[in-house]
Amino acid sequence: MSGDVILSTIGVTKRFGRFFALRDVTVAFNRGSLTSIIGPNGAGKSTYFNLLSGALSPTTGKIFFEGRDIAALPQHTFAHLGIAKSSQITSVFPELSTVENVRIAAQARRVRYNFWTPRARYIELIDKAQALLEVVGIAHRGDLPARALAHGEQRALEIAMALASEPRLLLLDEPTAGMSPVETRTMMDLIAGLAAKRTVILVEHKMKLVMGISQRLVVLHHGEIVAEGTPDEIRGNDTVRRIYLGGRKF
Amino acid sequence: MRPLSLALTAQRARDGTDALTRRRVLIAALFLGVFPWLMPYKALAINVLIYGLYAVGFNLLYGYLGMLSFGHAAFFGTGAYGCGIVVARWGKPWFLAIPAGVFSAAVVALAIGYLAIRTRGIYFAMVTLALAQCVYYVFFQAESLTGGENGLRGVNVRSISLPGVSLNLLRPTTKYYFILFFVVVALWIVSRILASPFGAVIEAIREREARARACGYNVAAFKLITFVVSGALCGLAGALNAIHLSTVPIESLVYETSGLAVIMSLLGGTGTFFGPFVGAAAFLLIQDLTALWTEHWQLIAGAVYMIFVLFFPRGIWGSVLEWLYR
Ligand SMILES: Nc1ncnc2c1ncn2[C@@H]1O[C@H](COP(=O)(O)OP(=O)(O)OP(=O)(O)O)[C@@H](O)[C@H]1O
Ligand SMILES: [Mg+2]
Repeated sequence: MSGDVILSTIGVTKRFGRFFALRDVTVAFNRGSLTSIIGPNGAGKSTYFNLLSGALSPTTGKIFFEGRDIAALPQHTFAHLGIAKSSQITSVFPELSTVENVRIAAQARRVRYNFWTPRARYIELIDKAQALLEVVGIAHRGDLPARALAHGEQRALEIAMALASEPRLLLLDEPTAGMSPVETRTMMDLIAGLAAKRTVILVEHKMKLVMGISQRLVVLHHGEIVAEGTPDEIRGNDTVRRIYLGGRKF
Repeated sequence: MRPLSLALTAQRARDGTDALTRRRVLIAALFLGVFPWLMPYKALAINVLIYGLYAVGFNLLYGYLGMLSFGHAAFFGTGAYGCGIVVARWGKPWFLAIPAGVFSAAVVALAIGYLAIRTRGIYFAMVTLALAQCVYYVFFQAESLTGGENGLRGVNVRSISLPGVSLNLLRPTTKYYFILFFVVVALWIVSRILASPFGAVIEAIREREARARACGYNVAAFKLITFVVSGALCGLAGALNAIHLSTVPIESLVYETSGLAVIMSLLGGTGTFFGPFVGAAAFLLIQDLTALWTEHWQLIAGAVYMIFVLFFPRGIWGSVLEWLYR
Protein backbone atom coordinates (compact mmCIF):
# COMPACT_ATOMS: atom_id res chain seq x y z
CA MET A 1 0.00 0.00 0.00
CA SER A 2 2.73 2.44 0.88
CA GLY A 3 4.63 4.07 -1.93
CA ASP A 4 6.55 7.21 -2.65
CA VAL A 5 4.85 10.25 -1.12
CA ILE A 6 4.27 13.15 -3.53
CA LEU A 7 2.49 15.54 -1.17
CA SER A 8 2.04 15.73 2.55
CA THR A 9 0.60 18.23 5.00
CA ILE A 10 1.91 18.21 8.53
CA GLY A 11 -0.06 19.75 11.37
CA VAL A 12 -1.79 22.18 9.05
CA THR A 13 -4.15 24.67 10.66
CA LYS A 14 -6.07 27.44 8.94
CA ARG A 15 -7.83 30.12 10.90
CA PHE A 16 -10.15 32.82 9.61
CA GLY A 17 -10.13 35.32 12.46
CA ARG A 18 -10.94 33.20 15.46
CA PHE A 19 -12.64 30.47 13.46
CA PHE A 20 -10.65 27.31 12.82
CA ALA A 21 -11.52 26.16 9.30
CA LEU A 22 -8.88 23.44 9.58
CA ARG A 23 -7.21 22.07 12.67
CA ASP A 24 -4.01 20.08 12.75
CA VAL A 25 -4.47 18.23 9.47
CA THR A 26 -1.74 15.68 8.77
CA VAL A 27 -2.07 13.59 5.62
CA ALA A 28 0.28 12.03 3.07
CA PHE A 29 -0.66 11.38 -0.56
CA ASN A 30 1.04 8.69 -2.59
CA ARG A 31 2.33 9.28 -6.08
CA GLY A 32 0.07 7.88 -8.75
CA SER A 33 -2.93 7.49 -6.47
CA LEU A 34 -6.41 8.97 -6.59
CA THR A 35 -7.40 10.20 -3.15
CA SER A 36 -10.74 11.76 -2.41
CA ILE A 37 -11.33 14.25 0.34
CA ILE A 38 -14.90 14.04 1.47
CA GLY A 39 -17.02 15.63 4.15
CA PRO A 40 -20.30 17.48 4.59
CA ASN A 41 -20.82 21.10 3.53
CA GLY A 42 -18.60 23.48 5.44
CA ALA A 43 -16.24 20.72 6.59
CA GLY A 44 -13.20 22.65 5.36
CA LYS A 45 -12.59 20.73 2.13
CA SER A 46 -12.25 23.77 -0.09
CA THR A 47 -10.06 25.48 2.47
CA TYR A 48 -7.76 22.48 2.47
CA PHE A 49 -7.87 22.42 -1.32
CA ASN A 50 -6.91 26.10 -1.42
CA LEU A 51 -3.91 25.41 0.78
CA LEU A 52 -2.75 22.60 -1.49
CA SER A 53 -3.16 24.74 -4.61
CA GLY A 54 -1.46 27.79 -3.13
CA ALA A 55 -4.51 30.06 -3.14
CA LEU A 56 -4.21 30.31 0.66
CA SER A 57 -1.33 29.86 3.08
CA PRO A 58 -1.74 27.85 6.28
CA THR A 59 -1.82 29.70 9.60
CA THR A 60 0.56 27.06 10.96
CA GLY A 61 1.92 23.79 9.64
CA LYS A 62 3.90 22.63 6.66
CA ILE A 63 3.05 21.42 3.19
CA PHE A 64 5.65 19.33 1.40
CA PHE A 65 5.51 18.70 -2.33
CA GLU A 66 8.18 16.33 -3.58
CA GLY A 67 10.17 17.04 -0.46
CA ARG A 68 9.97 20.83 -0.64
CA ASP A 69 8.01 23.04 1.75
CA ILE A 70 5.64 24.99 -0.48
CA ALA A 71 3.35 26.46 2.17
CA ALA A 72 4.56 30.04 1.75
CA LEU A 73 5.21 30.11 -1.99
CA PRO A 74 3.16 32.51 -4.13
CA GLN A 75 0.29 30.96 -6.05
CA HIS A 76 1.70 31.50 -9.52
CA THR A 77 4.71 29.29 -8.81
CA PHE A 78 2.54 26.23 -8.20
CA ALA A 79 1.85 25.59 -11.87
CA HIS A 80 5.60 25.58 -12.47
CA LEU A 81 6.19 23.17 -9.59
CA GLY A 82 3.80 20.70 -11.19
CA ILE A 83 0.56 21.32 -9.31
CA ALA A 84 -2.59 22.35 -11.16
CA LYS A 85 -6.16 22.78 -10.06
CA SER A 86 -9.73 23.16 -11.09
CA SER A 87 -11.69 24.97 -8.41
CA GLN A 88 -15.21 24.58 -7.09
CA ILE A 89 -16.43 27.73 -8.79
CA THR A 90 -15.80 27.62 -12.52
CA SER A 91 -12.96 29.92 -13.42
CA VAL A 92 -12.16 30.35 -17.10
CA PHE A 93 -11.55 33.36 -19.37
CA PRO A 94 -15.14 33.98 -20.55
CA GLU A 95 -14.58 36.31 -23.50
CA LEU A 96 -11.68 34.38 -24.97
CA SER A 97 -12.23 31.42 -27.25
CA THR A 98 -12.20 27.97 -25.71
CA VAL A 99 -9.05 26.97 -27.52
CA GLU A 100 -7.36 30.26 -26.56
CA ASN A 101 -8.21 29.54 -22.92
CA VAL A 102 -6.20 26.33 -23.05
CA ARG A 103 -3.48 27.85 -25.23
CA ILE A 104 -2.85 30.56 -22.65
CA ALA A 105 -2.63 27.92 -19.94
CA ALA A 106 -0.17 25.93 -22.04
CA GLN A 107 1.82 29.04 -22.89
CA ALA A 108 2.74 29.64 -19.23
CA ARG A 109 5.44 27.01 -19.25
CA ARG A 110 6.78 27.86 -22.69
CA VAL A 111 6.85 31.65 -23.01
CA ARG A 112 5.71 34.44 -20.73
CA TYR A 113 7.54 37.73 -21.13
CA ASN A 114 7.70 37.85 -24.90
CA PHE A 115 6.33 41.17 -26.17
CA TRP A 116 7.19 40.83 -29.80
CA THR A 117 6.71 37.43 -31.45
CA PRO A 118 3.16 36.91 -32.75
CA ARG A 119 1.61 34.33 -30.48
CA ALA A 120 0.20 32.48 -33.49
CA ARG A 121 3.78 31.55 -34.35
CA TYR A 122 3.91 29.13 -31.42
CA ILE A 123 1.95 26.59 -33.40
CA GLU A 124 2.81 23.76 -31.01
CA LEU A 125 0.84 25.55 -28.28
CA ILE A 126 -2.26 25.73 -30.45
CA ASP A 127 -1.89 22.04 -31.34
CA LYS A 128 -1.46 21.16 -27.70
CA ALA A 129 -4.55 23.15 -26.73
CA GLN A 130 -6.57 21.43 -29.42
CA ALA A 131 -5.33 18.00 -28.28
CA LEU A 132 -6.29 18.74 -24.67
CA LEU A 133 -9.78 19.82 -25.73
CA GLU A 134 -9.93 16.43 -27.46
CA VAL A 135 -8.98 14.69 -24.19
CA VAL A 136 -11.75 16.37 -22.21
CA GLY A 137 -14.26 15.89 -25.01
CA ILE A 138 -15.02 19.45 -26.14
CA ALA A 139 -12.77 19.78 -29.19
CA HIS A 140 -15.77 20.63 -31.38
CA ARG A 141 -16.41 23.73 -29.23
CA GLY A 142 -12.93 25.21 -29.52
CA ASP A 143 -13.93 28.24 -31.58
CA LEU A 144 -16.67 29.43 -29.26
CA PRO A 145 -16.00 31.96 -26.54
CA ALA A 146 -15.80 30.12 -23.23
CA ARG A 147 -18.87 31.92 -21.91
CA ALA A 148 -20.97 30.25 -24.61
CA LEU A 149 -20.18 26.74 -23.33
CA ALA A 150 -22.61 24.74 -21.22
CA HIS A 151 -21.79 24.46 -17.53
CA GLY A 152 -20.43 20.93 -17.84
CA GLU A 153 -18.31 21.95 -20.80
CA GLN A 154 -16.83 24.84 -18.86
CA ARG A 155 -15.81 22.45 -16.10
CA ALA A 156 -14.20 20.23 -18.72
CA LEU A 157 -12.45 23.27 -20.17
CA GLU A 158 -11.04 24.12 -16.78
CA ILE A 159 -9.63 20.63 -16.45
CA ALA A 160 -8.05 20.96 -19.89
CA MET A 161 -6.45 24.21 -18.70
CA ALA A 162 -5.14 22.47 -15.61
CA LEU A 163 -3.71 19.66 -17.73
CA ALA A 164 -2.00 22.18 -20.00
CA SER A 165 0.72 22.77 -17.42
CA GLU A 166 1.48 19.04 -17.44
CA PRO A 167 0.98 18.69 -13.71
CA ARG A 168 2.24 15.73 -11.74
CA LEU A 169 -0.43 16.53 -9.17
CA LEU A 170 -3.94 17.41 -10.27
CA LEU A 171 -6.32 18.96 -7.73
CA LEU A 172 -10.06 18.96 -8.42
CA ASP A 173 -12.64 20.63 -6.18
CA GLU A 174 -16.14 19.25 -6.75
CA PRO A 175 -15.70 18.94 -10.51
CA THR A 176 -19.26 17.68 -10.88
CA ALA A 177 -20.92 20.46 -8.88
CA GLY A 178 -24.12 21.55 -10.60
CA MET A 179 -23.90 18.91 -13.32
CA SER A 180 -26.66 16.75 -14.72
CA PRO A 181 -26.41 12.99 -14.05
CA VAL A 182 -25.20 12.41 -17.62
CA GLU A 183 -22.56 15.14 -17.37
CA THR A 184 -21.51 13.76 -13.99
CA ARG A 185 -21.00 10.28 -15.44
CA THR A 186 -18.87 11.64 -18.27
CA MET A 187 -16.82 13.71 -15.86
CA MET A 188 -16.17 10.80 -13.49
CA ASP A 189 -15.05 8.64 -16.40
CA LEU A 190 -12.74 11.40 -17.51
CA ILE A 191 -11.25 11.73 -14.03
CA ALA A 192 -10.72 7.98 -13.74
CA GLY A 193 -8.87 8.13 -17.05
CA LEU A 194 -6.71 11.05 -15.95
CA ALA A 195 -5.85 9.34 -12.67
CA ALA A 196 -4.27 6.48 -14.56
CA LYS A 197 -1.38 8.75 -15.53
CA ARG A 198 -0.93 11.13 -12.59
CA THR A 199 -1.66 11.79 -8.97
CA VAL A 200 -5.15 13.16 -8.39
CA ILE A 201 -6.70 14.64 -5.26
CA LEU A 202 -10.43 14.97 -5.61
CA VAL A 203 -12.61 17.00 -3.26
CA GLU A 204 -16.24 15.95 -3.22
CA HIS A 205 -19.12 16.01 -0.84
CA LYS A 206 -21.15 13.37 -2.63
CA MET A 207 -19.41 10.33 -1.17
CA LYS A 208 -21.15 7.79 -3.38
CA LEU A 209 -19.68 9.35 -6.46
CA VAL A 210 -16.05 8.79 -5.50
CA MET A 211 -16.25 5.39 -3.82
CA GLY A 212 -15.76 3.53 -7.06
CA ILE A 213 -12.74 5.39 -8.37
CA SER A 214 -10.74 6.31 -5.25
CA GLN A 215 -7.90 4.28 -3.83
CA ARG A 216 -8.13 6.19 -0.58
CA LEU A 217 -10.48 8.55 1.16
CA VAL A 218 -9.90 11.22 3.76
CA VAL A 219 -12.95 12.35 5.71
CA LEU A 220 -13.05 15.90 7.05
CA HIS A 221 -15.56 17.17 9.56
CA HIS A 222 -15.47 20.55 11.31
CA GLY A 223 -11.98 21.08 10.01
CA GLU A 224 -10.55 17.88 11.40
CA ILE A 225 -9.77 14.50 9.96
CA VAL A 226 -12.20 11.98 11.36
CA ALA A 227 -11.35 8.97 9.22
CA GLU A 228 -8.93 7.86 6.57
CA GLY A 229 -8.68 4.63 4.61
CA THR A 230 -9.75 2.56 1.64
CA PRO A 231 -13.31 2.85 0.34
CA ASP A 232 -14.21 -0.36 2.15
CA GLU A 233 -12.79 0.83 5.45
CA ILE A 234 -14.64 4.14 5.14
CA ARG A 235 -17.86 2.39 4.21
CA GLY A 236 -17.67 0.37 7.41
CA ASN A 237 -16.66 3.27 9.64
CA ASP A 238 -19.35 4.09 12.20
CA THR A 239 -18.16 7.64 12.89
CA VAL A 240 -18.28 8.47 9.22
CA ARG A 241 -21.70 6.94 8.89
CA ARG A 242 -22.95 8.96 11.83
CA ILE A 243 -21.58 12.39 10.99
CA TYR A 244 -21.64 12.17 7.27
CA LEU A 245 -24.83 10.43 6.40
CA GLY A 246 -26.91 10.88 9.49
CA GLY A 247 -26.84 7.12 10.05
CA ARG A 248 -28.19 6.18 6.61
CA LYS A 249 -26.69 3.23 4.80
CA PHE A 250 -24.80 3.90 1.61
CA MET B 1 -12.22 21.84 -44.09
CA ARG B 2 -14.66 23.20 -41.58
CA PRO B 3 -16.21 26.59 -42.41
CA LEU B 4 -14.96 29.47 -40.31
CA SER B 5 -17.49 30.28 -37.66
CA LEU B 6 -18.22 33.90 -36.89
CA ALA B 7 -16.98 33.53 -33.37
CA LEU B 8 -13.74 32.25 -34.79
CA THR B 9 -13.42 35.27 -37.04
CA ALA B 10 -13.95 37.59 -34.11
CA GLN B 11 -11.46 35.61 -32.07
CA ARG B 12 -8.90 35.74 -34.84
CA ALA B 13 -9.36 39.46 -34.96
CA ARG B 14 -8.64 39.50 -31.25
CA ASP B 15 -5.67 37.17 -31.50
CA GLY B 16 -4.24 39.25 -34.31
CA THR B 17 -4.25 36.33 -36.70
CA ASP B 18 -6.78 37.42 -39.29
CA ALA B 19 -5.66 39.24 -42.42
CA LEU B 20 -7.16 42.60 -41.52
CA THR B 21 -5.76 42.55 -38.02
CA ARG B 22 -2.27 41.64 -39.17
CA ARG B 23 -2.32 44.72 -41.39
CA ARG B 24 -3.94 47.04 -38.89
CA VAL B 25 -0.89 49.26 -38.51
CA LEU B 26 -0.56 49.66 -42.27
CA ILE B 27 -4.26 50.45 -42.51
CA ALA B 28 -3.94 53.01 -39.74
CA ALA B 29 -0.88 54.57 -41.39
CA LEU B 30 -2.61 54.86 -44.76
CA PHE B 31 -5.74 56.32 -43.28
CA LEU B 32 -3.88 58.78 -41.09
CA GLY B 33 -1.79 59.69 -44.12
CA VAL B 34 -4.81 61.25 -45.84
CA PHE B 35 -6.57 62.22 -42.64
CA PRO B 36 -5.56 65.93 -42.58
CA TRP B 37 -7.54 66.47 -45.78
CA LEU B 38 -10.66 65.10 -44.13
CA MET B 39 -10.39 67.58 -41.30
CA PRO B 40 -11.50 71.22 -41.29
CA TYR B 41 -7.96 72.36 -40.47
CA LYS B 42 -4.55 70.81 -39.86
CA ALA B 43 -4.14 71.68 -36.19
CA LEU B 44 -7.23 69.62 -35.42
CA ALA B 45 -5.73 66.68 -37.28
CA ILE B 46 -2.57 67.01 -35.19
CA ASN B 47 -4.66 67.05 -32.01
CA VAL B 48 -6.37 63.86 -33.11
CA LEU B 49 -2.98 62.21 -33.59
CA ILE B 50 -1.71 63.25 -30.19
CA TYR B 51 -4.84 62.53 -28.18
CA GLY B 52 -5.45 59.38 -30.20
CA LEU B 53 -2.05 58.11 -29.11
CA TYR B 54 -2.78 59.22 -25.56
CA ALA B 55 -6.03 57.21 -25.57
CA VAL B 56 -4.30 54.20 -27.14
CA GLY B 57 -1.78 54.19 -24.30
CA PHE B 58 -4.55 54.45 -21.74
CA ASN B 59 -6.56 51.72 -23.48
CA LEU B 60 -3.69 49.28 -23.18
CA LEU B 61 -4.16 49.43 -19.44
CA TYR B 62 -7.92 49.84 -19.26
CA GLY B 63 -9.24 48.03 -22.31
CA TYR B 64 -6.79 45.13 -22.39
CA LEU B 65 -5.67 44.66 -18.81
CA GLY B 66 -8.93 45.89 -17.30
CA MET B 67 -7.58 48.45 -14.84
CA LEU B 68 -9.26 51.86 -14.81
CA SER B 69 -6.73 54.59 -14.07
CA PHE B 70 -7.81 58.13 -13.31
CA GLY B 71 -4.28 59.41 -13.25
CA HIS B 72 -2.95 59.17 -16.77
CA ALA B 73 -2.52 62.92 -17.01
CA ALA B 74 0.55 62.35 -14.85
CA PHE B 75 2.22 60.50 -17.73
CA PHE B 76 0.97 62.79 -20.47
CA GLY B 77 2.14 65.79 -18.44
CA THR B 78 5.46 64.30 -17.38
CA GLY B 79 6.19 63.37 -20.98
CA ALA B 80 5.38 66.92 -22.06
CA TYR B 81 7.46 68.58 -19.34
CA GLY B 82 10.30 66.09 -19.75
CA CYS B 83 10.55 66.87 -23.43
CA GLY B 84 9.87 70.58 -22.95
CA ILE B 85 12.49 71.09 -20.23
CA VAL B 86 15.18 69.40 -22.31
CA VAL B 87 14.43 71.78 -25.21
CA ALA B 88 13.48 75.02 -23.45
CA ARG B 89 15.76 74.92 -20.41
CA TRP B 90 18.70 72.85 -21.53
CA GLY B 91 18.67 73.74 -25.21
CA LYS B 92 19.07 70.19 -26.39
CA PRO B 93 17.69 68.92 -29.74
CA TRP B 94 14.35 67.18 -30.29
CA PHE B 95 15.88 63.72 -30.77
CA LEU B 96 17.07 63.81 -27.18
CA ALA B 97 14.02 65.61 -25.86
CA ILE B 98 11.38 63.17 -27.07
CA PRO B 99 13.08 60.08 -25.60
CA ALA B 100 13.69 62.06 -22.40
CA GLY B 101 9.96 62.77 -22.17
CA VAL B 102 9.07 59.14 -22.75
CA PHE B 103 11.64 57.95 -20.27
CA SER B 104 10.58 60.33 -17.51
CA ALA B 105 6.95 59.33 -18.01
CA ALA B 106 7.96 55.67 -17.73
CA VAL B 107 9.84 56.34 -14.49
CA VAL B 108 6.84 58.13 -13.00
CA ALA B 109 4.62 55.27 -14.20
CA LEU B 110 6.92 52.77 -12.50
CA ALA B 111 6.62 54.62 -9.21
CA ILE B 112 2.85 55.17 -9.40
CA GLY B 113 2.25 51.69 -10.76
CA TYR B 114 4.31 50.08 -8.03
CA LEU B 115 2.08 51.68 -5.41
CA ALA B 116 -1.22 51.38 -7.25
CA ILE B 117 -1.31 47.85 -8.65
CA ARG B 118 -1.89 46.35 -5.23
CA THR B 119 -5.37 47.80 -5.35
CA ARG B 120 -8.32 46.99 -7.57
CA GLY B 121 -11.40 48.57 -9.10
CA ILE B 122 -12.46 51.89 -7.64
CA TYR B 123 -9.52 51.88 -5.19
CA PHE B 124 -7.12 51.65 -8.08
CA ALA B 125 -8.86 54.58 -9.74
CA MET B 126 -8.63 56.62 -6.52
CA VAL B 127 -4.98 55.79 -5.85
CA THR B 128 -3.93 56.68 -9.38
CA LEU B 129 -5.93 59.91 -9.16
CA ALA B 130 -4.34 60.85 -5.85
CA LEU B 131 -0.80 60.07 -6.99
CA ALA B 132 -1.35 62.00 -10.22
CA GLN B 133 -2.38 64.99 -8.11
CA CYS B 134 0.96 64.67 -6.30
CA VAL B 135 2.75 64.79 -9.63
CA TYR B 136 0.74 67.88 -10.56
CA TYR B 137 1.74 69.51 -7.29
CA VAL B 138 5.43 68.77 -7.77
CA PHE B 139 5.47 70.28 -11.27
CA PHE B 140 3.38 73.21 -10.12
CA GLN B 141 5.82 73.99 -7.32
CA ALA B 142 9.04 73.49 -9.30
CA GLU B 143 8.50 76.88 -10.89
CA SER B 144 12.07 77.62 -11.90
CA LEU B 145 12.12 74.51 -14.03
CA THR B 146 8.50 74.19 -15.14
CA GLY B 147 7.19 77.74 -15.13
CA GLY B 148 4.62 76.82 -12.47
CA GLU B 149 1.09 77.94 -13.20
CA ASN B 150 2.12 79.83 -16.33
CA GLY B 151 3.29 76.63 -17.91
CA LEU B 152 6.56 76.06 -19.68
CA ARG B 153 7.20 78.41 -22.60
CA GLY B 154 9.72 78.30 -25.36
CA VAL B 155 9.64 74.69 -26.39
CA ASN B 156 10.67 75.75 -29.86
CA VAL B 157 11.46 73.06 -32.36
CA ARG B 158 11.04 75.01 -35.59
CA SER B 159 12.95 72.87 -37.98
CA ILE B 160 14.31 69.40 -38.06
CA SER B 161 17.42 68.62 -40.02
CA LEU B 162 17.77 65.08 -41.09
CA PRO B 163 20.53 63.81 -43.38
CA GLY B 164 19.55 65.18 -46.77
CA VAL B 165 16.35 67.02 -45.76
CA SER B 166 15.32 69.80 -43.51
CA LEU B 167 11.74 69.84 -42.22
CA ASN B 168 10.05 73.10 -41.44
CA LEU B 169 7.75 72.40 -38.49
CA LEU B 170 6.13 75.81 -38.83
CA ARG B 171 4.26 74.31 -41.76
CA PRO B 172 1.29 72.45 -40.25
CA THR B 173 1.37 69.69 -42.85
CA THR B 174 5.04 68.98 -42.23
CA LYS B 175 4.46 69.00 -38.50
CA TYR B 176 1.56 66.61 -38.95
CA TYR B 177 3.71 64.06 -40.77
CA PHE B 178 6.55 64.48 -38.34
CA ILE B 179 4.21 63.60 -35.48
CA LEU B 180 2.50 60.90 -37.52
CA PHE B 181 5.83 59.10 -37.83
CA PHE B 182 6.06 58.67 -34.06
CA VAL B 183 2.40 57.76 -33.76
CA VAL B 184 2.70 55.03 -36.38
CA VAL B 185 5.80 53.59 -34.70
CA ALA B 186 3.93 53.59 -31.39
CA LEU B 187 0.90 51.91 -32.96
CA TRP B 188 3.19 49.30 -34.46
CA ILE B 189 4.69 48.58 -31.04
CA VAL B 190 1.25 48.37 -29.43
CA SER B 191 0.04 46.07 -32.18
CA ARG B 192 3.02 43.74 -31.71
CA ILE B 193 2.52 43.68 -27.95
CA LEU B 194 -1.17 42.89 -28.27
CA ALA B 195 -0.50 40.01 -30.66
CA SER B 196 2.36 38.63 -28.55
CA PRO B 197 2.20 36.00 -25.80
CA PHE B 198 2.39 38.88 -23.30
CA GLY B 199 -0.69 40.44 -24.88
CA ALA B 200 -2.57 37.18 -24.47
CA VAL B 201 -1.74 37.09 -20.78
CA ILE B 202 -2.94 40.61 -20.03
CA GLU B 203 -6.30 39.83 -21.62
CA ALA B 204 -6.45 36.67 -19.55
CA ILE B 205 -5.79 38.74 -16.43
CA ARG B 206 -8.63 41.08 -17.41
CA GLU B 207 -10.93 38.10 -17.88
CA ARG B 208 -10.07 36.30 -14.64
CA GLU B 209 -7.11 37.26 -12.59
CA ALA B 210 -7.22 34.25 -10.27
CA ARG B 211 -7.17 31.82 -13.17
CA ALA B 212 -4.27 33.62 -14.84
CA ARG B 213 -2.37 33.26 -11.59
CA ALA B 214 -3.27 29.59 -11.32
CA CYS B 215 -2.00 29.11 -14.86
CA GLY B 216 1.41 30.19 -13.61
CA TYR B 217 1.60 33.88 -14.46
CA ASN B 218 2.97 36.41 -12.01
CA VAL B 219 0.01 38.75 -12.27
CA ALA B 220 1.61 41.62 -10.36
CA ALA B 221 4.59 41.67 -12.73
CA PHE B 222 2.35 41.68 -15.81
CA LYS B 223 0.31 44.52 -14.36
CA LEU B 224 3.32 46.63 -13.53
CA ILE B 225 4.95 46.13 -16.94
CA THR B 226 1.69 47.02 -18.70
CA PHE B 227 1.29 50.06 -16.50
CA VAL B 228 4.77 51.30 -17.39
CA VAL B 229 4.32 50.68 -21.13
CA SER B 230 0.97 52.46 -20.98
CA GLY B 231 2.57 55.38 -19.15
CA ALA B 232 5.42 55.57 -21.65
CA LEU B 233 3.01 55.72 -24.60
CA CYS B 234 1.04 58.52 -22.94
CA GLY B 235 4.37 60.21 -22.22
CA LEU B 236 5.21 60.10 -25.91
CA ALA B 237 1.85 61.73 -26.66
CA GLY B 238 2.69 64.44 -24.14
CA ALA B 239 6.16 65.00 -25.58
CA LEU B 240 4.72 65.37 -29.08
CA ASN B 241 2.16 67.81 -27.72
CA ALA B 242 4.92 69.93 -26.20
CA ILE B 243 6.58 70.18 -29.61
CA HIS B 244 3.25 70.81 -31.32
CA LEU B 245 2.25 73.66 -29.00
CA SER B 246 5.74 75.02 -28.30
CA THR B 247 4.61 75.25 -24.69
CA VAL B 248 3.54 72.92 -21.91
CA PRO B 249 0.43 74.22 -20.20
CA ILE B 250 0.06 73.16 -16.57
CA GLU B 251 -3.36 71.83 -17.63
CA SER B 252 -1.49 68.86 -19.12
CA LEU B 253 -1.35 67.49 -15.57
CA VAL B 254 -4.83 68.24 -14.24
CA TYR B 255 -7.34 65.50 -13.59
CA GLU B 256 -9.58 66.66 -16.44
CA THR B 257 -6.78 65.52 -18.73
CA SER B 258 -6.91 62.11 -17.05
CA GLY B 259 -10.63 62.10 -17.65
CA LEU B 260 -10.10 62.85 -21.35
CA ALA B 261 -8.36 59.50 -21.83
CA VAL B 262 -11.27 57.73 -20.16
CA ILE B 263 -13.94 59.54 -22.19
CA MET B 264 -12.13 59.13 -25.50
CA SER B 265 -11.58 55.41 -24.94
CA LEU B 266 -15.17 54.82 -23.89
CA LEU B 267 -16.48 56.87 -26.80
CA GLY B 268 -14.43 54.95 -29.34
CA GLY B 269 -14.57 51.51 -27.75
CA THR B 270 -12.28 50.11 -25.09
CA GLY B 271 -10.34 46.93 -25.70
CA THR B 272 -10.24 47.47 -29.46
CA PHE B 273 -7.21 48.54 -31.44
CA PHE B 274 -8.69 51.49 -33.33
CA GLY B 275 -11.36 52.40 -30.76
CA PRO B 276 -9.39 54.96 -28.76
CA PHE B 277 -8.27 56.72 -31.94
CA VAL B 278 -11.80 56.86 -33.25
CA GLY B 279 -12.89 58.12 -29.84
CA ALA B 280 -10.29 60.87 -29.78
CA ALA B 281 -11.26 61.98 -33.27
CA ALA B 282 -14.96 61.97 -32.42
CA PHE B 283 -14.40 63.81 -29.16
CA LEU B 284 -12.28 66.55 -30.70
CA LEU B 285 -14.60 66.94 -33.68
CA ILE B 286 -17.67 67.21 -31.48
CA GLN B 287 -15.87 69.75 -29.34
CA ASP B 288 -14.71 71.71 -32.33
CA LEU B 289 -18.01 71.73 -34.20
CA THR B 290 -20.20 72.53 -31.21
CA ALA B 291 -17.83 75.27 -30.06
CA LEU B 292 -18.16 76.92 -33.46
CA TRP B 293 -21.87 76.79 -33.27
CA THR B 294 -22.65 77.83 -29.69
CA GLU B 295 -20.81 79.02 -26.65
CA HIS B 296 -22.66 76.41 -24.59
CA TRP B 297 -20.78 73.71 -26.45
CA GLN B 298 -20.01 71.75 -23.31
CA LEU B 299 -23.71 71.14 -22.77
CA ILE B 300 -24.17 69.77 -26.28
CA ALA B 301 -20.97 67.74 -26.16
CA GLY B 302 -21.96 66.30 -22.78
CA ALA B 303 -25.34 65.26 -24.15
CA VAL B 304 -23.69 63.57 -27.12
CA TYR B 305 -21.37 61.57 -24.84
CA MET B 306 -24.30 60.55 -22.69
CA ILE B 307 -26.15 59.25 -25.72
CA PHE B 308 -23.13 57.26 -26.82
CA VAL B 309 -22.48 55.75 -23.42
CA LEU B 310 -26.14 54.84 -23.00
CA PHE B 311 -26.89 53.47 -26.46
CA PHE B 312 -23.50 52.33 -27.69
CA PRO B 313 -21.85 50.87 -24.61
CA ARG B 314 -19.18 49.31 -26.80
CA GLY B 315 -18.30 52.68 -28.23
CA ILE B 316 -18.27 53.78 -31.85
CA TRP B 317 -15.62 51.40 -33.13
CA GLY B 318 -16.75 48.61 -30.80
CA SER B 319 -20.24 48.85 -32.28
CA VAL B 320 -18.85 48.80 -35.81
CA LEU B 321 -16.88 45.64 -35.01
CA GLU B 322 -19.89 44.03 -33.39
CA TRP B 323 -21.88 44.70 -36.54
CA LEU B 324 -19.08 43.50 -38.83
CA TYR B 325 -18.57 40.21 -37.02
CA ARG B 326 -22.23 39.54 -36.48
N1 LIG C 1 -12.32 33.32 3.64
C1 LIG C 1 -13.05 32.85 4.68
N2 LIG C 1 -13.30 33.63 5.75
C2 LIG C 1 -14.03 33.16 6.79
N3 LIG C 1 -14.54 31.93 6.86
C3 LIG C 1 -14.32 31.09 5.83
C4 LIG C 1 -13.57 31.50 4.68
N4 LIG C 1 -13.51 30.47 3.80
C5 LIG C 1 -14.20 29.47 4.39
N5 LIG C 1 -14.68 29.82 5.60
C6 LIG C 1 -15.45 28.98 6.51
O1 LIG C 1 -14.72 27.80 6.70
C7 LIG C 1 -15.59 26.68 6.75
C8 LIG C 1 -15.13 25.66 5.72
O2 LIG C 1 -15.38 26.15 4.45
P1 LIG C 1 -15.02 25.35 3.14
O3 LIG C 1 -15.38 26.18 1.97
O4 LIG C 1 -13.62 24.88 3.23
O5 LIG C 1 -16.02 24.12 3.24
P2 LIG C 1 -16.27 22.93 2.22
O6 LIG C 1 -16.00 21.68 2.96
O7 LIG C 1 -15.54 23.14 0.96
O8 LIG C 1 -17.83 23.04 1.96
P3 LIG C 1 -18.68 22.78 0.61
O9 LIG C 1 -18.97 21.33 0.54
O10 LIG C 1 -19.92 23.57 0.85
O11 LIG C 1 -17.89 23.27 -0.54
C9 LIG C 1 -16.99 27.18 6.49
O12 LIG C 1 -17.64 27.31 7.73
C10 LIG C 1 -16.78 28.54 5.90
O13 LIG C 1 -17.82 29.43 6.23
MG1 LIG D 1 -16.04 23.51 -1.00
